[in-house]
Amino acid sequence: MTINTLAKGGCHREQMACFRKMEKVIVAMQDPDMGMKMRNQRLLITVIPHAMTGHDIITWLTHKYRISEEEALHLGNMLVKYGYIYPLKEPRCLVLRPDESPYRFQTPYFWTSTRWPASELDYAIYLAKKNIRKQGELMEYEKERYSLLHKRINHTWDFVVMQAREQLRASKQRRKADRIVLECQEQAYWLINRPPPGVNNVLDTGLERPNNFSCRVTLNSDYYKREIEACRKALGRNRVKSSICLEGFLKYSEQYLNHDPIMQGCLPSNPWISDDTAHWTMNAEIVPVPTRLRVERWSFSFMELLNDAMGRREFMTYLEKEFSAENLYFWQACEDIRHGENSKIVEKVEDVYKNFLAPGAARWVNIDSKTMDKTLEGIKRPHRFVMDDAQMHIYFLMKKDSYPRYLKSDLYKNMLAKAIVPQETKKSVFPFMRRQRHSSPSPAQTATQAAEEEGLAKGAGANSAAGSHF
Amino acid sequence: MAAEKAEMDALKKECDGLRAQIEAARKAVNDGSMSAASSGVASVGRVQLKLRKTLKGHLAKIYAMHWSADSRQMVSASQDGKLLIWDCFTGNKLIAVPLKSAWVMSVAFAPSGNLVASGGLDNICTVYNIKAASPKTLRELDAHTGYLSCCRFLSDTEILTASGDTTCCLWDLETGKQKVIFTNHIGDCMSLALSPDTNTFISGACDSLAKLWDLREGACKQTFSGHTSDINAISFFPNGNAIITGSDDCQCKMYDLRADQEVICYQDTSLNAGVTSLALSSSGRLIFAGYDDFNCHIWDSLKGEKVGVLSGHDNRVSCTGVPADGMGVCTGSWDSFLKLWN
Repeated sequence: MTINTLAKGGCHREQMACFRKMEKVIVAMQDPDMGMKMRNQRLLITVIPHAMTGHDIITWLTHKYRISEEEALHLGNMLVKYGYIYPLKEPRCLVLRPDESPYRFQTPYFWTSTRWPASELDYAIYLAKKNIRKQGELMEYEKERYSLLHKRINHTWDFVVMQAREQLRASKQRRKADRIVLECQEQAYWLINRPPPGVNNVLDTGLERPNNFSCRVTLNSDYYKREIEACRKALGRNRVKSSICLEGFLKYSEQYLNHDPIMQGCLPSNPWISDDTAHWTMNAEIVPVPTRLRVERWSFSFMELLNDAMGRREFMTYLEKEFSAENLYFWQACEDIRHGENSKIVEKVEDVYKNFLAPGAARWVNIDSKTMDKTLEGIKRPHRFVMDDAQMHIYFLMKKDSYPRYLKSDLYKNMLAKAIVPQETKKSVFPFMRRQRHSSPSPAQTATQAAEEEGLAKGAGANSAAGSHF
Repeated sequence: MAAEKAEMDALKKECDGLRAQIEAARKAVNDGSMSAASSGVASVGRVQLKLRKTLKGHLAKIYAMHWSADSRQMVSASQDGKLLIWDCFTGNKLIAVPLKSAWVMSVAFAPSGNLVASGGLDNICTVYNIKAASPKTLRELDAHTGYLSCCRFLSDTEILTASGDTTCCLWDLETGKQKVIFTNHIGDCMSLALSPDTNTFISGACDSLAKLWDLREGACKQTFSGHTSDINAISFFPNGNAIITGSDDCQCKMYDLRADQEVICYQDTSLNAGVTSLALSSSGRLIFAGYDDFNCHIWDSLKGEKVGVLSGHDNRVSCTGVPADGMGVCTGSWDSFLKLWN
């Protein structure tokens, strides 16, 4: 969002990359052979040359780019909004009308991209000209801005007035038609670059962030001392080989591919596409029978199991059978302390001690003595993270021991077998359906499917997409 | 004065030396590139998502949006001074929250769905209870000395904020006071993201650095450099082991937390607009990055290739979000519309 980011590499990045694209269109429109047909437009008693009607613009765009009229209207509107074409009648209304309204091309001198950004000085000169030419011709908001500029750049005001007078004198030497054209062009330029209040400013590039480095932080010796300390700590950290890490990402993406609705679609159907909420209903927090994909996810990682309410419930049932349910209850109680209200921490820690840690407690958890001592010491001054070590110990106990056995258990296997695999919603022939349903449940797959079919039809040597298989 | 300067120079030299050592340690474990590792993975081909809905209702630029944990509701903030809560399935506006200050830059939905928060040039993070009969201001968190660029709820009792005053802050919503202040950035903090296990968070700032912070210790654990301009957007890879950043230098980068370095850079010579926002599909394979060129480009996160584009906005794409269930992606723009694609 910076206007000028003179980055460490030192290159001015152009804002508004779309300008280049719009200019290509405009140049094509003015091509002597394939461009638009112009005509002379009568404005009162003067004839303005090289004008065109809104209707002509839309027809040309529709033909040239082979697009619908709606899209041509939208594109034409953008060209007007950004000042590449301006209306002759009602210059303040920057809209492309698909009728006989006359429009003209803006001269490249006044393209927004040519003089970026529009300068305060130039605006002052423009307003001064208007003021001198006809006293009282300035609109209310222009008068306000004029006086504001007068205050702000007062030191160059003589120059402003002198320039304005010079430009007015020069324009008097021109033919009337040329003079009117230039005035129209200049007015159009300023309507875009200094829009009247209430009008959307299309050239707004957001907040200026003039510094990359905030002046709030002074880079003094204290700062460097802290940095050195931080660097020392960072140097000592354990670093894993990148090959191992990268393998991790590949595995994860592959594992979750079928669970990613954008990549693979979802059954029975994606509610955004089919307007059918069946998928959400089937995957609600608690359902009589969960879907197969959901139960599969429980085997991906222990956190997946614990994060799913039904998964937790199933796991609890299993632990009860193994007489180690107190572990999960303890873990849940610790989570509640960690994420719950500050004001309830003392009370909750008390409860946890009574139920799980005190000798002879109803649900006593088996923690090693070192952790137990540390936790008991910490309880004397309870805070949000006082149970962390104990919780971590129990978490790893469950993860290394109970969790793998659960996945091998009949309880889990039966759940997986019972789990629903929803049927894909059939495309129903409903007469009043306005939206076209996707024939395939997986939008991201359509392109590759099509390519695959094409590849098969063509035979060998098809592109790589054709060979992909989801 | 000379002695002070000499001390500063010595400290700077020591700092630079340590940084060089860290770089060397990172190089030492760098034994494979992402492109090499992903060469065996099937390409996703061309990803063409369709526009499913356009949500119209805001009257000015949309600056931020955030999905609710139920993947159906979503909140958006616009500089017309309103927060709108939408039911994205029906396209209806459920609740409108009028803001005291129209210069909003960020919005967040609490995981419980009871609260939303917003903030901006007023330097204040305001938390609203939207379950009340009409939206009530629950808290006004006023301690930052710079604009509020991003906020995220940990729960109904804690919220994280990132600010233009270069700090991030953890607040206690019961008392409305700051609990932990995270200082280390030397540029405006623009964006933050919570790790899936909520033990850490990451922040991106105008000093072109991304930092990983430990919520419990209140300290910066890792710093990632490489960008040459402001980092506007940041997000975790779904497994929590990597972060993706988007910057004004027109690039996105993925940094691995365990290898402590950049593993892949998403750049294209034809793209010379800054990245404003990003979101990942639920498997992490696709990155949806919103750019200043009015488009949202889709990257294959593993192969580093541009695989698609979402065009349809008339102005910069300011915010992007994928809901928890991964059904699709929502883009919000300065043209005042939100679009849902999949």
